[in-house]
Amino acid sequence: MSDSFEYLLRLADDRLVLGHRLSEWCGHAPILEEDIALANIALDLVGQANLLLTHAAAAGNTGRDADALAFLRDAIDYRNALIVELPKGDFAFTIARQFFYGVFGMLQSEALQKSSDTELGGIAAKMLKEFRYHVRHSGEWMLRLGGGTDESHARLQRAVDDLWRYTGELFQADDLDRRVGASGFGVDPSELETAWRATVDDILQRSGLTTPAVTWMQRGGREGKHTEHLGLMLAEMQVLQRQHPGATW
Amino acid sequence: MRAPVLSRDELYAILDEVKDPEVPVLSVVELGIIRDVEATAEGVVVTVTPTYSGCPAMRVIEQDITQALRDHGVGEVEVRTVFTPAWTTDWIPAAAREKLRAYGIAPPGISDPQGPIAIGRRRAAVRCPFCGSGDTQLRSEFGSTACKSIHVCRGCSQPFEEFKAI
Repeated sequence: MSDSFEYLLRLADDRLVLGHRLSEWCGHAPILEEDIALANIALDLVGQANLLLTHAAAAGNTGRDADALAFLRDAIDYRNALIVELPKGDFAFTIARQFFYGVFGMLQSEALQKSSDTELGGIAAKMLKEFRYHVRHSGEWMLRLGGGTDESHARLQRAVDDLWRYTGELFQADDLDRRVGASGFGVDPSELETAWRATVDDILQRSGLTTPAVTWMQRGGREGKHTEHLGLMLAEMQVLQRQHPGATW
Repeated sequence: MRAPVLSRDELYAILDEVKDPEVPVLSVVELGIIRDVEATAEGVVVTVTPTYSGCPAMRVIEQDITQALRDHGVGEVEVRTVFTPAWTTDWIPAAAREKLRAYGIAPPGISDPQGPIAIGRRRAAVRCPFCGSGDTQLRSEFGSTACKSIHVCRGCSQPFEEFKAI
């Protein structure tokens, strides 16, 4: 398995899984505008995943196309960070996760624009534009919920507390990350942490929320060690292609 | 009978008849997604760049481009996708912006720059495409399609969409 293939899968799987989780709000969001907003953002993320998986399929040269990579891989072969696979929770949980991941995705895309791989650099430029308005959306909801009622504030603080131990994995670099960072193909995620913390701390503070004290960070997603939630999500996402291989519409 | 080889201008004129299926007042040329058109010995190669990563209209647009060129006697049509430079609404020309406004969609402002993003800061109001008032309010950055946001005009009480700047 080439480094470029493996790295592109990490990028793609984060977006595919988060996009799918977000799409679960379609028809269920608290207000119509948010139903539309969350579906729009989900569409962007799944679209980004499609571009990245198409690129990965070409780089991997394994005879699998983007659809096969999305619909015929098992959880153990998925390379997303754990934070994106957690169940959608309540609206506060979804917003906090979108904010935490969105800021990460924005910084990562910004750095990836300079990738030595021009195709990836071009996709990153597009992703950056999208993450910028995703972060405006989730960031403004952080302020609104954090500074809203006692209940919205409490729910958002609980979401931040529950999610915090999953944020560390986003910045933990392994050998692959360091190799693609050094070659210029990718970006070493540990280099993004300082800027991420600055933006996140600023918004948490302006939202009247407390930054959780660091205790211990979960990890494992990049190696295929997932929570029990991913398998259940994939079962739903993949059921059609598993039951009717090659079906199109 | 061999179809005549079409000039670049003629090819652009054909593509200017292909409308964005979601904003049918704009052609794909006006939208700025046609990056190049070239006649080859076998047919025509059209190079496009996508608007949004997940825009469901892109595939329809590619089919419409192929169909329009075929209708003009072009044999083989190849639609290639490029990502660099990334599409920006800044490429939409002034005349097309006026068409958008007349259609009831506020044209995009200047795309938001790189650098820090403004979270929770007041943004410049968008002018109402119906009454021209600047006294409007953003309701949601997300609308009926990926490319539009929703506003309300306090001047004429009319909700309206904006083609958002990216």
